[in-house]
Amino acid sequence: MTDPNTIVTSSGHRGLDLAEPLIFELDSPGRCGVDLPPAPAVENRLGGLERQAPIGLPGLSEPQVVRHFVRLSRNNFAIDAGLYPLGSCTMKHNPRLNEKVARLPGFADIHPMQPMETVQGALELIDTLADWLLTLTGMPAIAMSPAAGAHGELCGLMTIRAALEARGDGGDAREVVLVPTSAHGTNPATAAICGYRIEQIPADDRGRVDLAALKEKLGPHVAAIMLTNPNTCGLFENEIVEIAEAVHAAGAYFYCDGANFNAIVGKVRPGDLGIDCMHLNLHKTFSTPHGGGGPGSGPVVLAEALAPYAPLPMVVRNADGLELVENAFESSIGRLKGFHGQMGMFVRALSFILSHGADGLRQASEDAVLNANYIMAQLQDLFSLPFPGPCMHEVLFDDSFLKDSGVTTLDFAKAMIDEGFHPMTMYFPLVVSGAMLIEPTESESKASLDQFIASMRHLGERAVSGDAEFFAGAPYLAPYRRLDETQAARKPVLRWHGGAGEAEAAE
Amino acid sequence: MRYLPHTPDDRAAMLSAIGAGSIDELFVDVPSQALLPENLDLPMHMGEMAVESQLSAMAGRNLSAGTAASFLGAGAYRHHVPAAVDHLIQRSEFLTAYTPYQPEVSQGTLHYLFEFQTQVAMLTGMDVANASMYDGASACGEAVMMAQRVTKRNKVILCGGLHPHYRDATETVTQFMSLEIDARPPCPPGNRDQVADMAGLIADDTAAIVVQNPDIFGRLHDLRPLADAAHDKGALLIAVVTEAVSLGAVTSPGEMGADIVVGEGQSIGNALNFGGPYLGLFATRQKYVRQMPGRLCGETVDETGRRGYVLTLSTREQHIRREKATSNICTNSGLCSLAFCIHLSLLGETGLRQLAQINHGRAVQLADRLADVDGVEVLNDSFFNEFTVRLARAAADVVAELVGRNVLAGVPLSRLYPDDPYMANLLLVATTETNTDADVAALVDGLSDILAGVPA
Amino acid sequence: MSAIYFSEDHEWIQVEGDIGTCGITEFAQEQLGDIVYVELPDPGRGVAQNDEIAVVESVKAASEIYAPVSGEVTESNEDVADDPAKVNADAMGDGWFFKIRLSDPRELENLMEKAAYDALVAGQS
Repeated sequence: MTDPNTIVTSSGHRGLDLAEPLIFELDSPGRCGVDLPPAPAVENRLGGLERQAPIGLPGLSEPQVVRHFVRLSRNNFAIDAGLYPLGSCTMKHNPRLNEKVARLPGFADIHPMQPMETVQGALELIDTLADWLLTLTGMPAIAMSPAAGAHGELCGLMTIRAALEARGDGGDAREVVLVPTSAHGTNPATAAICGYRIEQIPADDRGRVDLAALKEKLGPHVAAIMLTNPNTCGLFENEIVEIAEAVHAAGAYFYCDGANFNAIVGKVRPGDLGIDCMHLNLHKTFSTPHGGGGPGSGPVVLAEALAPYAPLPMVVRNADGLELVENAFESSIGRLKGFHGQMGMFVRALSFILSHGADGLRQASEDAVLNANYIMAQLQDLFSLPFPGPCMHEVLFDDSFLKDSGVTTLDFAKAMIDEGFHPMTMYFPLVVSGAMLIEPTESESKASLDQFIASMRHLGERAVSGDAEFFAGAPYLAPYRRLDETQAARKPVLRWHGGAGEAEAAE
Repeated sequence: MRYLPHTPDDRAAMLSAIGAGSIDELFVDVPSQALLPENLDLPMHMGEMAVESQLSAMAGRNLSAGTAASFLGAGAYRHHVPAAVDHLIQRSEFLTAYTPYQPEVSQGTLHYLFEFQTQVAMLTGMDVANASMYDGASACGEAVMMAQRVTKRNKVILCGGLHPHYRDATETVTQFMSLEIDARPPCPPGNRDQVADMAGLIADDTAAIVVQNPDIFGRLHDLRPLADAAHDKGALLIAVVTEAVSLGAVTSPGEMGADIVVGEGQSIGNALNFGGPYLGLFATRQKYVRQMPGRLCGETVDETGRRGYVLTLSTREQHIRREKATSNICTNSGLCSLAFCIHLSLLGETGLRQLAQINHGRAVQLADRLADVDGVEVLNDSFFNEFTVRLARAAADVVAELVGRNVLAGVPLSRLYPDDPYMANLLLVATTETNTDADVAALVDGLSDILAGVPA
Repeated sequence: MSAIYFSEDHEWIQVEGDIGTCGITEFAQEQLGDIVYVELPDPGRGVAQNDEIAVVESVKAASEIYAPVSGEVTESNEDVADDPAKVNADAMGDGWFFKIRLSDPRELENLMEKAAYDALVAGQS
């Protein structure tokens, strides 16, 4: 009987696994995938700056383009295909209704600079979403324009700095931002852009912020603390109210990273915990699609003290209706990006929110937490749990159970691919060795979770029994084997080379 | 609830397996006074039909650009996107995939990112491009920060033709850094500082000079003299392009000596969407590649020697360098960059050039017809598909009146420069391949009537 | 006679006369993984002890290198700049980063000798 692995095809395809080159390698000069009318025969007014040199773009017909991208898509894992247990990413189902409503011409085909009376429905949508987010978070004000979570962090920290400067407590006096050792890398990067120095707060042996250590670090030189809650170990900071009080008593502000909001929507309002600002990730908690890496949306809720410094623009209601305030806001930190914010993501998020309603959102949080705890309960005898449960919407394991096995967290993750799962978040947070952060979300059925648990147990037992060589070679069954990231970084090749355009490019 | 798979039996079985009596036992770490005892006072869940009805009603209260004669630009342009683009980006494996951190199961995303980076480098005439940023305005801020890193100087000049949103976003993001931004006053055609005069401002402590082409008023500039002046002083030229289709007809910033090119990619593949999501283009020279912010996709091989792609040079980024990162950005504009890539694949060299010629040609024809209208003066000598006109009356009022005739006449510059009385009568008019002859007639006749005092 | 000293940040300096050759230790290169890029100081540059003087990048981490002593950089190792893999292959030899003319040899007293460094590494492993 023929072994499939020995078959060499002449095409390079392997059944439905269809190989596909770069579009530049499919070029036929002059070929085009759109039909355009002739250009008007006029003398140009390009000021002598007509583009003479070829650009170098390849010419393909529509069937070739469609086939090209369909073939590419088949090499991607996706939520629609399977479980993506990426901790802190909230890989929940992306409802298709969201896509339908986002494409209504009344939302998709409106220009940001149309007269405001012609876009009242759009402003109403932004205002309605804002209201929901304010009620869910228990906060009084919101900035809708940041384009992503990290952008929202920047926005939040800037309002804090502006507020401090306004009360005469500016950057020279308060120059430090406190960040837990478990913080996401965006937190210190954001603080640096705002001109702050970072000091770290250690975690205690329960995986939470060490309150005593924090109090020692607080002082008149501290501008703010940046804390994720639930934290990046998947645990609720149970002393968060005391933390907020201590921070405020020291005259500092409390920035909350809202990446893990999915655990507590409808169950807890961050405003009740004492935070001063928090960014939301619409592409995590509110199901807007991850799209292979964006676009996201990161609105920021703000306390009264920070509201005057919110960025432009803002949607406000006046006697005539809804208006975008684009210019006249003196205390504002200014504009963070072009136009008004990620409208396409607002529509999708509101569609998700209206579909779930207050009861559905609360149930979703409960199911997300239930699912993570179920995984924890079923794996904790085999995997090493650094901090005792219960966890929130995600569970953190470390690599101590792999000690002496020769199998690393990375190897384990690659073996999960062969089992049909995307790996969990690896090596984050940094507070434990070889972190494995698993977040199932509320979208997974019990059957799906049981299958995942069974695979994890199978791999865990195999790893611990010392089958290191097997793991080192994984994945075996994915469209590609392990890729050489070292070569990519040593000799970076960041574009296709060749074609007419490059020879003519300047320098 | 249709998105939640668990039945009450499932939940009971799982709680039992966990050893918890109720779900609230899992929330034991929440301070008891903060745990909400019941649903918030908000509407309950709704079926698809009801959600669609509510949102359609909101959408119905907007005038969509396709149902009017629409001549709006100012950094966002209405182009025709072929049906295949929107169909392909909605494939599950593109729409619901995550960032390609596990390359073995993400070659779909990584492959098109490599193609996208190549397309952007080709269009801008530069060596390398990143996998996109939030939008053009934030990319401009990132370019300025990069120039500071590269030159180790703190002063940046923003030319007067830079889109005010780009100027504002750049000033906002750098306000707490040691950068000093000299934002020049706006320079409408025939008035105030022109690009050629900017060269004299560049000094030995200038990190970069930022110039937009075509500028906010639609004018085209030869950037070569400014590039030379910058390089003479060891400064960088940052070129900004807000209408990506212009690169099909206009000499690229790379050919004119730019060191960094940033821009807005929305025009290719992406709908207007009331201002977002868009995608920032960012390209630079090979020698600066390690100072470039944002995601980068690079070529490599797998264990069998098969060509593949991975995210690379990640050690510049926030998740590794943390406070020393090149930026805090943690994303690109993935799906928007895919749409750009697909649309540009369909257009190709021939199609993009022809599309650009159609845009420019129609703009020339429109400018000529508008110049014949009493009370309208076309100010630009040069333009791509957008130009500035001076009206005999305040532009914002004229625009408001034209809405009544189902014409979206353009962007009054007073909206972008509210405190500048010079701008009050200026209107920015853009036209693309989507404007019909009937649209043009509606605009021309409408303006003619309104400026002559003829009632609607 | 040359002598070798070590810093707590896992740098080594081999001193012959008033010239020290510097690099990162075997332990450091193992911790970093495959080195992909090294940024070296320009010859002629003056540094104080503990100034940031170089950067070494691997696929998963980037690390600052600090000057183990004060002085003037006399030479940087172009081979390592061209082929960072040399650092992994021979961190203590061909993978050297730069040479420095010491301005104050007494600073060597702040550094460790081999036995003390080996003990430090054993404690961290």
